[in-house]
Amino acid sequence: MDFTLKIWRQEHARAKGKFVTFQVKNISPDCSFLEMLDILNEELVDKIQLPVSFDHDCREGICGMCSLYINGHPHGWDDGVTACQLHMRKFKDGETIVVEPWRSKAFPVIRDLMVDRSALDTIIQEGGYVSVNTGQAPDANAVLVSKEAADLAMDAAACIGCGACVAACKNASAMLFIAAKVSQLALLPQGRIEAKDRVRRMVRKMDELGFGNCTNTYACEAECPKKISRTHIARLNREFMCAKLIAENTL
Amino acid sequence: MALAGLFLILFLLVHLTINLFLLRDDQGAWFNAAAHFMGTNYLVRIFEYILFGGFLIHILMGIILQLKNWMSRPVRYHISNKSTTPFLSKYMIYTGGIVFIFLVIHFINFYFIRLGFIDTVHMENGHPNFYLVAKELFSLPLYTLLYLVLMVGLGFHLYHAFNSAFQTLGLSHTTYTPVIERAGLIYSIIVPLGFSIIPLYFWLII
Repeated sequence: MDFTLKIWRQEHARAKGKFVTFQVKNISPDCSFLEMLDILNEELVDKIQLPVSFDHDCREGICGMCSLYINGHPHGWDDGVTACQLHMRKFKDGETIVVEPWRSKAFPVIRDLMVDRSALDTIIQEGGYVSVNTGQAPDANAVLVSKEAADLAMDAAACIGCGACVAACKNASAMLFIAAKVSQLALLPQGRIEAKDRVRRMVRKMDELGFGNCTNTYACEAECPKKISRTHIARLNREFMCAKLIAENTL
Repeated sequence: MALAGLFLILFLLVHLTINLFLLRDDQGAWFNAAAHFMGTNYLVRIFEYILFGGFLIHILMGIILQLKNWMSRPVRYHISNKSTTPFLSKYMIYTGGIVFIFLVIHFINFYFIRLGFIDTVHMENGHPNFYLVAKELFSLPLYTLLYLVLMVGLGFHLYHAFNSAFQTLGLSHTTYTPVIERAGLIYSIIVPLGFSIIPLYFWLII
């Protein structure tokens, strides 16, 4: 398969970027999108040109590192996959593919298609955890969790923190990301203890970092490679309102 | 913003009920009585301030929210987002703008007369006869057409607003959410349609 690639090239965060067109030929339909970019980069290196920078790690849809906005979709148009799981057979032979970095004030471009997503880590540091005292592991059956709560928490825990929700949202909001984290911990008894403080701090941090607000457009849900549901955003809103009704530091 | 929006949604129902009195074949007796009651009753007057508060909160928060959201993506995408999303949800600020235009016209034509800021020839016992004011306005084809177009805008705004308000308030349920969605669809059709029947009635029948 042959493709024309229009790729965003930007030397560094403050440099002016532009689209550069590349031709790639004889690409196997079974190539993943990232493998296709690897082939392009090998060709560029052979020509003593700078390869295209893009984030990647596990290449099996788990790590959440790949972050490509392909033809108007984060991770490409295929349903429930990351860019590394997107195969070239999903495109038409001879197609022009436009690849952009994820755009958000909170995700500055580092180089080419790489963006700095440490803002998501900063949000996690604000409360995306459960404080555990040191000591022996408690008995698994000592804390009862209903099957329904465990399943819902597991669904929320599927979030790989890739930031596709931010990239897809017309407001560049991180609501689905935070909703997944808040939901996962709020549904489990271990997470309930710090639930109110957690939601307050994580939402406040999201605002501080320049993410937008949720206007219930649900592009995040449509593009999430792990199919995190919008119902988690409703749960986040519930948790947030309940937390706001109780004064801080009174627990 | 969601709470203010739901409050305005409830208010629209009250407003529509009163407006439908215009359809009675009584030369506006019921409508003018209702308008007089709304304009003089102390409880309603207090409620009016709450209503203005609702409008103000909803409009100001909507504008602030939109400005912040636009600033959250300083560099736009070359290819705009193609995600499958409810179409109208992406244009709330614009449909909201249409509703705001309607509100301004509505204030100039009716509310400012009641406050005495604007004079009208249709006075009766020292009070404006709003039935005649409406009748005169709706006899103008251009005004009626504008009214109908703005009502379509209101319907578009309400369609997303209804469901969205419940989601923002955290109300999501496997059984009730589909009911809310259907209710939202019915409400966003019935209410603008109810308001639209009145100018059509005046324009085409009377």
